Amino acid sequence: MTSAGREQFDVIVVGAGPAGIAAATRAAECGARVAVVDDNPALGGQIWRGGAEKAEDMQAREWMNRFQKVGPRLFPGTRVIGQQQSGMLLAEERDVPRTLRYRTLILATGARERFLPFPGWTLPNVMGAGGLQALVKSGLPIHEKRVVVAGSGPLLLAVAAYLRRHGAEIPLICEQTSWTRLAGFGFSLISHPGKIAQGLKLKLGLGFVPFAANCWPLAAQGFDRLESVLVSRNGEKQEIACDYLACGFHLVPNNELAALLGCELRGGFVAVDDFLRTSVPAVYCAGELTGIGGVELAVVEGEIAGLAAAGDESAARALFGNHRKLQKFVSSLARAFAPREELKSLSSPETIVCRCEDVTFARMGGHASSRAAKLHTRCGMGPCQGRVCGPAMEFLFSWEAASVRPPVFPARVASLSGMETELEVESDRTTGGTR
Amino acid sequence: MSEQITLTVNGIQVSVPRGTTVAVAVLLAGAICRHSVTDEPRAPLCGMGVCYECRVKIDDVSHCRGCQTLCEHGMNVRTDD
Amino acid sequence: MTASSHDVVVVGAGIVGAACALECARRGMRVTVLDRDVIGGGSTAAGMGHIVVMDDSPAQFALTQYSRQLWNELRDDLPAEVEFERSGTIWVAADEEEMEEVRRKHSYYTSRGVNAEIVNSAELAILEPNLRRGLAGGLLVPDDGVLYPPCAASFLIERAKAQGVAIHLGKAVQQIGRGRVRLSDGREISASVVVNATGAWAPELTPGLEIRRRKGHLVITDRYPGFVRHQLVELGYLKSAHSISSDSVAFNVQPRKTGQVLIGSSRQYGAESAEVEAEITAKMLQRAQYYMPGLAQLSAIRAWAGFRPATPDKLPLIGPAPEDPATYIAAGHEGLGITTSLATGRLIADQLTGADSSIPIGPYLPSRVAQEPSHV
Ligand SMILES: Cc1cc2nc3c(=O)[nH]c(=O)nc-3n(C[C@H](O)[C@H](O)[C@H](O)COP(=O)(O)OP(=O)(O)OC[C@H]3O[C@@H](n4cnc5c(N)ncnc54)[C@H](O)[C@@H]3O)c2cc1C
Ligand SMILES: Cc1cc2nc3c(=O)[nH]c(=O)nc-3n(C[C@H](O)[C@H](O)[C@H](O)COP(=O)(O)OP(=O)(O)OC[C@H]3O[C@@H](n4cnc5c(N)ncnc54)[C@H](O)[C@@H]3O)c2cc1C
Ligand code: FES
Repeated sequence: MTSAGREQFDVIVVGAGPAGIAAATRAAECGARVAVVDDNPALGGQIWRGGAEKAEDMQAREWMNRFQKVGPRLFPGTRVIGQQQSGMLLAEERDVPRTLRYRTLILATGARERFLPFPGWTLPNVMGAGGLQALVKSGLPIHEKRVVVAGSGPLLLAVAAYLRRHGAEIPLICEQTSWTRLAGFGFSLISHPGKIAQGLKLKLGLGFVPFAANCWPLAAQGFDRLESVLVSRNGEKQEIACDYLACGFHLVPNNELAALLGCELRGGFVAVDDFLRTSVPAVYCAGELTGIGGVELAVVEGEIAGLAAAGDESAARALFGNHRKLQKFVSSLARAFAPREELKSLSSPETIVCRCEDVTFARMGGHASSRAAKLHTRCGMGPCQGRVCGPAMEFLFSWEAASVRPPVFPARVASLSGMETELEVESDRTTGGTR
Repeated sequence: MSEQITLTVNGIQVSVPRGTTVAVAVLLAGAICRHSVTDEPRAPLCGMGVCYECRVKIDDVSHCRGCQTLCEHGMNVRTDD
Repeated sequence: MTASSHDVVVVGAGIVGAACALECARRGMRVTVLDRDVIGGGSTAAGMGHIVVMDDSPAQFALTQYSRQLWNELRDDLPAEVEFERSGTIWVAADEEEMEEVRRKHSYYTSRGVNAEIVNSAELAILEPNLRRGLAGGLLVPDDGVLYPPCAASFLIERAKAQGVAIHLGKAVQQIGRGRVRLSDGREISASVVVNATGAWAPELTPGLEIRRRKGHLVITDRYPGFVRHQLVELGYLKSAHSISSDSVAFNVQPRKTGQVLIGSSRQYGAESAEVEAEITAKMLQRAQYYMPGLAQLSAIRAWAGFRPATPDKLPLIGPAPEDPATYIAAGHEGLGITTSLATGRLIADQLTGADSSIPIGPYLPSRVAQEPSHV
C-alpha cells in the first residue's frame, strides 16, 4: 500500500471489455502502473460480461487470467464522466466522485446497439438483442420464453444461440439485410447464400431455428407489455406471438468521451494511427470505438494500444500485420449490415423516437438539423443524452450527431463540484496479485 | 452463485442469486421500472447502462440505473422514481 | 434611398430578433429575418429563461417591468412547449445585512406597482424546504416567471410568419449598413431599415458597439418535481454581478416545468470559447449547494455555457446606430434578454413608426454610449 493518498497511473484504460482487458494486461506486463475503469459491476464488457467465473469461452478465460496475474487496478462500477483538467479524469463510483490521474489514456469504451423506432418499440419486453442477453447474463430467467430476435448484424445469431442455450424458444431470427449482402459478407467462397446461414447456424447450435433475411419488425403489439410482433418477411406480413422481442440494428460506437476529450472522429469512429494514437496527445483508442470489427480485432487493438502506451513500440509493431488483416472485416460488416431504406418509414407520426422526453417522429420531422430538433423538441435532452435517439436520428433524417457536453454520463451534482476526494489507494480493491 | 440476496421492490420482498442486477430483480417482482413523461410504462432496453429506461430509486437515491447495479442485502428499491 | 423590397431586415433570430420581427410586422411593415444558424440557437439557447423584474437602475426596472407585463399578457397564448410558468422569484437573504436589502427592494418594487412580499426565515423554510436552515429570509416577487427560451423564440417567429414575415435560416450576414445587407454567399438585400439583433456578435456587424461577451455556465438535473418551487436567487448576486471585471458565481436555481432543476450561474469576462470549464462549474455548484445542500445528490444531466451580450452600463442598445440612421441596434441585453425581448420589439417598432412608447426610450438609445471613444 502506498502511503500517499494520491496516485498517478502511467496508463488508465477506460472500458474493461476485450479491448480494455488486452490493453491493460499488455501495458501492465511491460511494467506500467495501470488502472482500468468500467461502468459495469464486473470485468468483461459486452461479450465477456460477468467476469472470469462466468466466462463461457476459452479466449475470455485466458485473457482474464492473464489480466489477473499482472493485477492492474480495477475500478468496477465506476464511470468516467469527464476530464477535470488535462491528465485528470473525473469519475463516479456509484455516487462517490473520484479523480484519476494518468500519463497515458486508452479509451476502450466499446459500442452499443443501434435502436431504430417502430410502432410499439417502447413497450416493456421489447429490448435490445445484446440488451436481453445482458439481462439474462445478470439473472433474468429465460427458460421456455419465446423470443423473437430481430434487427441486423452477427450479434443476432450470437444472442439467439446464447438464449437458446439457456432454454429460450426462438420462433424466428429476422435479419433486415438481404441474402445478397449477406453473401458479400466475407463468405464469397460459398456460392449459395442460404448455406452461409446454415453453416453459421450449425456452428452456433441454431440448427432448427428459422432464420429469415429481408425480414424486419413492423410493430410490437401488446397492451402494457409485449404480446406479439408483426414482421415483414420477404414482403409479407407475419404475426408472431412472443414474450420478448430482442431487437438491435448492428452497433454504434460509444464515442462520447473521445469526442469530449477532443479526439478527431471520422464517420463517428475515432481516427487513429497504426499505434492507435488519437489526434489528442497521450490518448489512445482501441476496440469497437475505432470500427465495429468483432472481438478478435478488439483484442489485437487493445494489445497494440497497451504496448504502445507502455512504450514498447516494437512489440506493438509486431502485431500490425494481424491487425490489418482483421481490420478488413470492419468495412465488410458495415456494408453487409447497413440498415436498409425501408427502415426509415417504419415509424408512424405518433411513434416515439426520443424515449427520455417522448418526442414523436412527427415532431422531429420538420427540423433542419439535430441541433434545431433538439432545441425545439427536447429530443436528446433526457438522461440518455441522445445515446438512443441520436443514432436513430442520424439514420432517419441524415442529421449529423449533436455535440457532446459534459458530463459524459449523468452524474451527481456533488461529483461535478470539485469536492471529490482524490483516489485513495487501498490494496484490497486490486483485482489480483499484490504489487 | 447460489447465495441468495434478499431485497425489497416497492415494499415486496424478492430473493435473487448473488450477481443479479436490480433491473432484473424489478422484472422478477413483476414491476415496471418507470413511467415515461407521457405516462407510458417502460422497462429495460439496452441492459448496458446507456438508455436509462431502467431508472429506479435505490435506498432513497432517485434515478439510479438498475441494470448497472448489483442487488445487495436489504436494498430498498422503488420504481417510478 | 434606393427602392427596396423590404421595409425591415432583421439580422438574428434570437429571442430579441424574433420579438422585433413580430412587432414590426404587426405594425404593417414588410419584414425579413436572417440567421446564420437556427432559431434561438445563440445566447437564447443558453439562457435560463427567468422572466424577472430587476432594479439595478431605474431604466432597468422600467424595461423589465414593462416586458414582464407583456409576457404575462401573452401567457394564455403560449403553447405547452414554451413551458411558461409563473413560478415567482425569491430573492434569498442570507443575513441581516441582506434583509436590509430585502426591505429596500420591497419598498422600491411595491411603490412602483410590482407585487412583492417580505418573507421571514421560518416562512422561507416553508416555501422552500430544501434551502438550508438559518437563512434570514427573502423577498418573494410572485409575478415573475420562467420559460424555455428557444421555443419562446420559435413561437414569436411562428406568429411573425403568420403576419407575413419571411425567415431565412443558415444565412450568414457579412456586412450591414446604409440599408444594405451583404450575405456571406455574396448576395445583397436592401431594406429601408436593417435591425442588428445579433446579440453578443453585434459588434462584428456594427463596429464600435460597446458589447462584450460575458460567459455564463448552467447545469441541468434530471426530474425532481417539487424540489424547488420558485426561482431562487441569492442577494449576494448583486454584489458579484456588479463587479464588471472579475469572474464570479452566484446561487441562482430555477424550477423547470418539467420538474428539472436548472442551476446557475457564473459570470466571466474574456472567455472566448463556449466550452464548459470544470473549475468554474465546480465553484458555481459549490455555491448552490451552500444554499441548498440537497442538490448534491441530484443527478445532473448536462452542463453548458453561453455568452451574455454585455454593455458597460448593463442596459441594452435599442435604437438607431449613431452613425447610420438606416441601421437599428437591438442588442446588448446582457443577462436579461429573454425578459426584455418583448419590450425591445415594442420600442424598436415605436421608433420606426414614430409612435409614442410606453416607457421613456432615452436610456436605451445606442447614442448614449457613442460619446465614449470606442476601443478596437
Ligand atoms: C450489447 C452488446 C452485446 C454483444 N454481444 C456479443 C456476443 O454475444 N457475441 C459477440 O461475438 N459479440 C458481441 N458483441 C460485440 C462485442 O462486444 C465486441 O465485438 C467486443 O466485445 C468489443 O470489445 P470492446 O472492448 O471494444 O468493447 P465492450 O466490450 O463494449 O467494452 C466497453 C466497456 O466500456 C465501458 N464504458 C463505456 N464508457 C465508459 C465510461 N465513460 N466510463 C467507464 N466505462 C465505460 C462499458 O461499460 C463496457 O464495459 C456485443 C456488443 C454489444 C454492444
Ligand atoms: C448563462 C446565461 C443565463 C441567462 N439567463 C437569463 C435569464 O434567466 N433571463 C433572461 O432574461 N436572460 C437570461 N440570459 C440572457 C439572454 O439569454 C440573452 O440576453 C438573450 O438570449 C439575447 O438574445 P439575442 O436575441 O439578443 O441574442 P442571441 O440569442 O444570441 O441571438 C443572436 C442571433 O444572431 C445570429 N447571428 C449572429 N451573427 C450573425 C451573422 N453575422 N449573420 C446572421 N446571423 C447572425 C445568431 O446565430 C443568433 O441566433 C442568460 C444568458 C446566459 C448566457
Ligand atoms: S437498461 Fe438501459 S440503462 Fe439500464
